[in-house]
Amino acid sequence: MIANIAFYFFSLILLVSAVMVVTSRNPVHAVLFLILAFISAAILFLLAGAEFLAFILAIVYVGAVAVLFLFVVMMLDVDFAAWREGFQRYAPVGALVALVLFVELAVVVAGWIVAPAASSARMFPTPDGVNNTVALGSLIYTSYLPLFQLSGIILLVAMIGAIVLTHRERKRAKTQNLAAQHARKPADTLVMVSSKLNEGAPLPEKETL
Amino acid sequence: MLVPLSHYLVVAGLLLVIGIFGIFMNRKNIIVIMMSIELILLAANLNFVAFSGALHDMVGQVFTMFVLTVAAAESAIGLAILVIYFRNRGSIEVEDVTLMKG
Repeated sequence: MIANIAFYFFSLILLVSAVMVVTSRNPVHAVLFLILAFISAAILFLLAGAEFLAFILAIVYVGAVAVLFLFVVMMLDVDFAAWREGFQRYAPVGALVALVLFVELAVVVAGWIVAPAASSARMFPTPDGVNNTVALGSLIYTSYLPLFQLSGIILLVAMIGAIVLTHRERKRAKTQNLAAQHARKPADTLVMVSSKLNEGAPLPEKETL
Repeated sequence: MLVPLSHYLVVAGLLLVIGIFGIFMNRKNIIVIMMSIELILLAANLNFVAFSGALHDMVGQVFTMFVLTVAAAESAIGLAILVIYFRNRGSIEVEDVTLMKG
């Protein structure tokens, strides 16, 4: 009973904040509503029994991805009000497409039953007596280890890609060039001269200066 | 599972529809388009988790984790492209990006 009330309450918050994400005038507000939507979705995950994913969603999504959005929105100094042009023009088409899509989905959900053989076709049934994190970890580190490593590589590629894309050389900054320092040889810069008595060393040529 | 599966499916369907509606409504604002894509992926994740809970199968949760990984990578790369595009052009209007065609 309490679970049902919590489900309806948080799904209402989820849907309302999702609507606010797509319709709010200020993108900063949109990002904040996106955070609210993620937190409510995390609570829905919790009600479905996926505790680990609920906390992953709250920590990774709210802590990293949504804050990244917030950074970018605040860093880009653009006129957000000008983007609202055409909002009314696109609204009927968007609402029509959304309505058609939702009716289709509702027809599918309404006329849909679980096959009797579905429970025997399960690949990895949820084990009893262990918590969700243990069950998930004993699966992703054994049967799904290659895919798990591959998702790590995807994150690495994304990280390197984001750094390479946004990195820019600062031309005026005086930084240490380690490669040039290590490539220096004594022959490039040092000249041994034997100076004659009472005449001193000859002046070096221009290019060695 | 405490809550019936069909309720989860209706909520996830509504979330997907709101995300698609957001792409239509904010044709100029690429940041909100990316947020709408996040909402769509969240709806997919909600379906995976709901089926995983209803059928007592862990595979749905494993796949949700992979979807979360790919979504995080996608938004990081997308925002990086957005930042360099803004640095080069001084605007990020979607209509200007047609110039990026080869």
